[in-house]
Amino acid sequence: MTAAAPVTGSSGESAAERPGAQPADVLVKMTGVGKRFDNGVVALQDLDLAVGRHEFVSLLGPSGCGKSTALRLIAGLGAPTSGVIEWTDPAHARSRTDIGFVFQEPTLMPWATVFDNVLLPLKLQRRSDAGSEVVDALAMVGLTGFEKAYPRELSGGMKMRVSIARALVTRPRVLLMDEPFAALDEITRFRLNNDLLQLWRSQAWTVVFVTHSVYESVYLSNRIMVMAARPGRIVDEHRVDTPDRLVVRDDEFRTSPYYNECCRIVSHSLAQAMRAGGG
Amino acid sequence: MRNTMTGIGPDPAARRDRLLRIALPIAIGIVTIIGWDLIVRINHIPHYILPGPLLVARALVDNWSTLLPALMVTLQITFMALTVAVLGGVGLALLFAQSKWIEISFFPYAVVLQVTPIIAIAPLILIYVDNTHVALLICAWIVAFFPILSNTTLGLNSADHNLLNLFQLYGASRWQVLRYLRVPSALPYFLGGLRIAGGLSLIGAVVAEFTAGTAGKGSGLAYRILESGYRLNIPLMFAALALITITGVVIFLFFTALSHLMLHKWHESAMKRES
Repeated sequence: MTAAAPVTGSSGESAAERPGAQPADVLVKMTGVGKRFDNGVVALQDLDLAVGRHEFVSLLGPSGCGKSTALRLIAGLGAPTSGVIEWTDPAHARSRTDIGFVFQEPTLMPWATVFDNVLLPLKLQRRSDAGSEVVDALAMVGLTGFEKAYPRELSGGMKMRVSIARALVTRPRVLLMDEPFAALDEITRFRLNNDLLQLWRSQAWTVVFVTHSVYESVYLSNRIMVMAARPGRIVDEHRVDTPDRLVVRDDEFRTSPYYNECCRIVSHSLAQAMRAGGG
Repeated sequence: MRNTMTGIGPDPAARRDRLLRIALPIAIGIVTIIGWDLIVRINHIPHYILPGPLLVARALVDNWSTLLPALMVTLQITFMALTVAVLGGVGLALLFAQSKWIEISFFPYAVVLQVTPIIAIAPLILIYVDNTHVALLICAWIVAFFPILSNTTLGLNSADHNLLNLFQLYGASRWQVLRYLRVPSALPYFLGGLRIAGGLSLIGAVVAEFTAGTAGKGSGLAYRILESGYRLNIPLMFAALALITITGVVIFLFFTALSHLMLHKWHESAMKRES
């Protein structure tokens, strides 16, 4: 792995691939999406984003750039005030179980056990025979044996694992994650990053990941969309993986010159985005 | 390692802490009673001004046959009022949770009922309602229902915003949101309201009895206080007063225990902390 031609991007620092090109197999596409809140704040303006099937895309930007709003719109939590969001597979638009959502906080029900928390999405679909699926989801995140524990008995990292297990229990094809590891310590975050990547590979998900960490976005993503604030918009795009370079994510990658060069370029892009947004 | 979580055995420090929690208030009570007795004895205060604690205790025992039925009447009104307050308060709060417009329309009138002094409207209620028992119940209910309504409404509206989004994401029905999210979120608030309402329903019952007592009816503890006041039987007055106080404390402890029982597994307010 070398530092040559590390990241392709619209900022032009090593443009091996045309910036803004759509992925070959688009799953969800946002075209000209805008969101204006009732208080007049324009959270998003003219946002174009296409996410490919089985892709891991990060939305990276400073606070208030609308990245969480974009994620919520993809999830169907609110409607855009302009533009359209299209799913190429119409079943996605209908099925609530096809999307898993992980919030910044674990967002668990404190009165319910780990088992009942993970069961929730299935319970809401009136699925009473879902015990084995809960057990499977907990096994996937390494929490077998904690079924009867209450959230207060778990560490921050374990709570987040429960939250991820809850998102997985419906076996979704799309996972939307809103800064899920932001509140965790670095060691836990690294471990969960690796676990997430392993699950992503084994389950063939499509992941849209919101973060404000350059390092995390480079480590996890195929593609990074850099956003600026006021109004929220995508200002740059970087590809960590290219058709001729599929990066293996492991501890070696974290210390590789390629990773560092990627981080440098994305950091530069983020700094420009912050200037563009007045941040 | 000694650890209460593993069930090896209770920590001596924790056991001492539990013992002190009970022993200290009892010690303060005993010291107060001794002080009271000494003040009465040293100053030779006549029993029709301030009876000593022993005299009050004797009055309690001697008049138990009249005080017990009176206590039962007061308790009956208290708990019936509390039951109706819980049903009405929770019912109305659930209605408020369905629509903010319903809440906006009705909540000011709930506040009007709360801020109007019960002592001022009790005579009116006694005039309008023929059945004294029902009139007393209404008075106690008016006082008790507001904390239940107010706290439960607050609790139902305090469900975690992200969890609400999650329920929305999975297409939960209004009923599922209420059952699986809003009601459990409201439970600690409701139980807090219940603790306040328990004491208030007793106060409401006693105030109403006082008002009814002046009209010549009623046989609750408040009426015993009035009656012994007329007869200058101050020890009996104190005995009835003590019974009301003890009843209030027991009601409070009962609802505190209930709250702990229902919340100790998950809610911050009922959890033990190492530090």
